[in-house]
Amino acid sequence: MSILVNKNTKVVIQGMTGKEGTIHATGCIDYGTNVVAGVTPGKGGTTHLGVPVFNTVMEAVEKTGANCSLIFVPPPFAADAIVEAADANLKLIVCITEGIPVRDMVMAKRFIEGKGITLIGPNCPGILSADECKIGIMPGNIFKKGKAGVISRSGTLVYEIVDQLTNEGVGETTCAGLGGDPVIGTKYNFWLEQFQNDPDTEAIVMVGEIGGDDEVVAADYIKKHVTKPVVAFIAGRTAPEGKRMGHAGAIITGKKGTAMYKMNALREAGATVVENPALIGKAVRNLLSN
Amino acid sequence: MKLHEFQSKGILAHYGISVPNGVVVTEPQEAWVVAKQLGAPVILKAQVHAGGRGEAGGVKIAKSAEEAESIAKKMIGMKLVTKQTGAGGKIVKKLLVEKTANIEKEFYISISIDRKSGRPMFLASSEGGMSIEEVSETNPDAIFMRTIDPTIGIMPSQAREIAYRLGLSKQVKQTSKLIIGIYKAFIDTDASMVELNPFILTKEGDILALDAKINIDDSAMFRHKDIAKLRDVTEETETEIKSSFYGLSFVQLEGNIGCMVNGAGLAMATMDLIKISGGEPANFLDIGGGAGKEKVGHAFSLILQDENIKAILINIFGGITRCDEVANGIISAAKELGLTLPMAVRLKGANFEEGSKILKESGLKFEVYSSLNDAAAAAVKMANA
Repeated sequence: MSILVNKNTKVVIQGMTGKEGTIHATGCIDYGTNVVAGVTPGKGGTTHLGVPVFNTVMEAVEKTGANCSLIFVPPPFAADAIVEAADANLKLIVCITEGIPVRDMVMAKRFIEGKGITLIGPNCPGILSADECKIGIMPGNIFKKGKAGVISRSGTLVYEIVDQLTNEGVGETTCAGLGGDPVIGTKYNFWLEQFQNDPDTEAIVMVGEIGGDDEVVAADYIKKHVTKPVVAFIAGRTAPEGKRMGHAGAIITGKKGTAMYKMNALREAGATVVENPALIGKAVRNLLSN
Repeated sequence: MKLHEFQSKGILAHYGISVPNGVVVTEPQEAWVVAKQLGAPVILKAQVHAGGRGEAGGVKIAKSAEEAESIAKKMIGMKLVTKQTGAGGKIVKKLLVEKTANIEKEFYISISIDRKSGRPMFLASSEGGMSIEEVSETNPDAIFMRTIDPTIGIMPSQAREIAYRLGLSKQVKQTSKLIIGIYKAFIDTDASMVELNPFILTKEGDILALDAKINIDDSAMFRHKDIAKLRDVTEETETEIKSSFYGLSFVQLEGNIGCMVNGAGLAMATMDLIKISGGEPANFLDIGGGAGKEKVGHAFSLILQDENIKAILINIFGGITRCDEVANGIISAAKELGLTLPMAVRLKGANFEEGSKILKESGLKFEVYSSLNDAAAAAVKMANA
């Protein structure tokens, strides 16, 4: 089983006809994702990559039965794209766009509140269920169906870790990116619950970083609700305080934002905290073979 | 983007918030004129993008126009080292000369986005003038937090509540006006933070924003052409200016191993691994997605600005970014810059075999690895050689 998305998920891609949208839509289709529609205002009625394009998400949903949106719309318009997907009653929205104004995200997040919508991202690599479907920009070839559920705040770091898991023979069930922005949709706890309840997921790999205290909140959740083994890595123990490390959200502003504080909280919650980022795959394999 | 105190106060005044009368000066004679116009005593405040100015000697009171001029003479051009500037300090180029206020009591108020709720949140404290981090350590109960629903914005009752909590029951109207003004300025300017530390109750019973700091969300700058004009490039280092121009994220650190990585998380993890392997990273550098010759070239020049660099570790996990493209970028940039430092390169993911081959056949001093651990160990060895 895979979490949330599988080969039957019908995906509409907002911003599909743009440069980024075209590259990644191709990648998704090649991975086997059921992409049923594209949306670009003004290009309705055309076909792109063999997929019908509509002017609005609403129309795309009516005509194709899409049940998930993937967003590649540029930053100034991306929050509007999230609202449009929510208005079309889509319950799963994946937003890849990096650099959305925070105020726009505050409004979009407020808009979808209480509507039963799962928003993944923004500024994230999306979600991938191994050998089922990819809704995002992760390199599909590094995944292999297996036992680990993976959650991460960053992109290439999680590719690194997935690659290790695949090479160690552990493999993955589903991998989700939370996003590097300060205001994002799903956080660790949502995925911890999903993976805890997924019969195929035998171990959970949690990749965090400095800034905010989501990992500390997650540690509390793990302590109370997670019985499966959790392996965690927190990036940024060498990061100085008060400097933004690439991601808009990766800045230490208080002691809870430091890597050490997060690692300690996770350790106390019973998670296996790995300090060497090159040894995460091995740690999961060892844990599962015991 | 950071704004200066005088710029922040200008914006807040536009939202009906009372700020002291003041003028920005760049010459000592101007300080004399302003002091005469405002009437001494006046306060002279160094305008630099860093907190902790008072303790560092960046804020001085002058009892006469003559004294204002002589203080300005000393302050303009001085290097101000505060706990936020780092050892390098900042050169003072502008002074804000203001009428002094009669302080009865100091308060703290700020608004920023609360990551947990994803909403704007006020932090207010009756212990103004100290850093809020300090208050949260020593007296957390003195801090009052209030999130605001962004769809309806701040309501008068919510502003009143904050005023009463701060004990300003006699100045509820004025304080509410200040709080509502802060909220509006925060939303309208796409600020990531508005902070008044302190705002004060004067002996005359007025509410006044004595200090102000506004930071603007960089992602929203495209819709604020007016605020973009307030950018003070002289407050930024050459490195900061260049890296933001080329779409690179760069932070200088203290070690001697330069790092070049694609992706912020992986870049931090690579720094961590250098430390674990017994070395010290010299920088954080995320070259982002797609890295052609020009971008890699600028990344190298950023790393090489630091004379302590002994070795470079390049870690690329190809996905959308293809390793062979990066390899070509690395070689042409290295040749152009005449790079002689030893480099450990780790390539993995899309087209890494081709990339490794290109590097090995280039005749340059690369050691190419596919294992992250081996590459980090090699870089540490190179740096210690």
